[in-house]
Amino acid sequence: MTPQDLQAIRNIIARAKRWDAFFGVLGILALMVGVLTFMTLFVDMAIQGMGRIDVGFFTNFPSRHAGQAGILSAWVGTVLVMIVTGLAAVPLGVAAGVYLEEYAPKHWVTDLIEINITNLAGVPSIVYGLLALGLFVYQFGLGQSILSAGLTLALLILPVVIVATREAIRSIPQIIREGSYACGATNWQTVRDHILPYSSAGILTGVIIGMARAIGETAPIITIGALTFIAFLPPLPFAGEPPAGLFDWLFAPFTVMPIQMFNWTSRPEAAFQANAAAAGFILVLMTLAMNGAAIWLRYRLRKNITW
Amino acid sequence: MSNETTLNIEPDANAAIKAECRNFGFYYGDFQALKDINMPLYDKKVTALIGPSGCGKSTLLRSFNRMHDLYPGNRYQGEIVMQPDNTNLLAREVDPIEVRMRISMVFQKPNPFPKSIFENVAYSLRVRGLTNKSELADRVQHSLKGAALWDEVKHRLNDLGANLSGGQQQRLCIARALAADPEIILFDEPTSALDPIATASIEELITELKEKVTILIVTHNMQQAARISDFTAYMYIGELIEFGVTDQVFIKPKNKQTEDYITGRFG
Repeated sequence: MTPQDLQAIRNIIARAKRWDAFFGVLGILALMVGVLTFMTLFVDMAIQGMGRIDVGFFTNFPSRHAGQAGILSAWVGTVLVMIVTGLAAVPLGVAAGVYLEEYAPKHWVTDLIEINITNLAGVPSIVYGLLALGLFVYQFGLGQSILSAGLTLALLILPVVIVATREAIRSIPQIIREGSYACGATNWQTVRDHILPYSSAGILTGVIIGMARAIGETAPIITIGALTFIAFLPPLPFAGEPPAGLFDWLFAPFTVMPIQMFNWTSRPEAAFQANAAAAGFILVLMTLAMNGAAIWLRYRLRKNITW
Repeated sequence: MSNETTLNIEPDANAAIKAECRNFGFYYGDFQALKDINMPLYDKKVTALIGPSGCGKSTLLRSFNRMHDLYPGNRYQGEIVMQPDNTNLLAREVDPIEVRMRISMVFQKPNPFPKSIFENVAYSLRVRGLTNKSELADRVQHSLKGAALWDEVKHRLNDLGANLSGGQQQRLCIARALAADPEIILFDEPTSALDPIATASIEELITELKEKVTILIVTHNMQQAARISDFTAYMYIGELIEFGVTDQVFIKPKNKQTEDYITGRFG
């Protein structure tokens, strides 16, 4: 190879590499659009709302006076609704996902169900709200309650949980399954002793990501008729008028964080805008905390799983 | 090509038969992977399946514990009859789980469960409903000794199986296969993922195991078949070409094709 040839090759490489650099810059810019927008919003909310965040903000009910208003009923409502959502969505979603992966015969019916589930994830949340209004609130007579809201959000995140479960299960190598069956295990023993334990990290991550989506949902909750101004908490177990039961709180009226925010932002007074920003800041922190928990759990549960 | 299997068995080699393929065939969907196989498995002997890639030796092996039942579209033909009870393992009314409890399997790549060494071995017993702790411990120890692994792991039974070396992992899988006293153990190229030293220890182990259990092994390695097996079956494109006493098959193959394969002229 002559020095001229070598130089020619170097020129070609240098020219080709310009595209490397170009895409690198383009990629960073694309990334920044998302990250910076979120950061700006978050910091803006923090600055606006920071002055309002103190102990009283968490322990006060909403009020006509912006300075005395708090998010007690909203955060308690959110936590309780999330508990119902999780308790309903996890068993249903995991069972459906396990069934599709480990039990269902693979033919056109299961293909159809698969497509359906993927599409369900794209259904607008207000549609779930309408469904829930007709089904849970009126048909089942559950009322405009924490139970109705929790079940509605559970339906909403069900596709996310199912898809996460299936993906987690698919990442288990076939040879592990065969090992279990070769020992003489039944389908259910294989699921209970291997499939579920080894996929639990992925399933939990999916559940928490689904819950993080549900926590911010407003439309379906408004549709089923959550109150926007509520100055009492759901009853503690056995605390209400006799015959009070363990689960009376499930049927109590409630509000949640995003509705409280929406209520405050629609007020004309500037002081309430600060309240809304503060509530938004707390809501984002709740979401981030859930995502953080997902990452930590995934790390913990995967530590001992190697193939 | 003739459909007649060449038998190469000296009269005095007739041990008791543990299992037997009778006109056995196998289909993946419409594709016939195995054709008209007639082959005995002699009790407490090592039978090696050899042949070029794609000849169906693993498919045949995996038919013995009905592994193919796990996937849709697979179909058996003919019989695999197990003695002394004369059960056709492929019969519709025979539960594949029952078959797998009698015939255990060791895979090509070591596949310990992501559980402790103890739980890996105990799993075969747990699926049989054994919960008594001291009995579990006894039988796990016995199996690990049987798999020549006990001395290496007796102080770390709660360690993950995956923390063992490749050869140890494979011996752990053998201990798991041994734990429930199977009548037959299937080995699907058990040393192809291992180094020569680990391979030697597995081969030695297989030779010891045949005192207690009947062994069917698939191997790509001709020397391995010659070293450890009592009987050898040579397969080619889904057919059993020659079956016989290993020494006979390797020294005086009766079939020209077998000879070509064994001497390395093709394959």
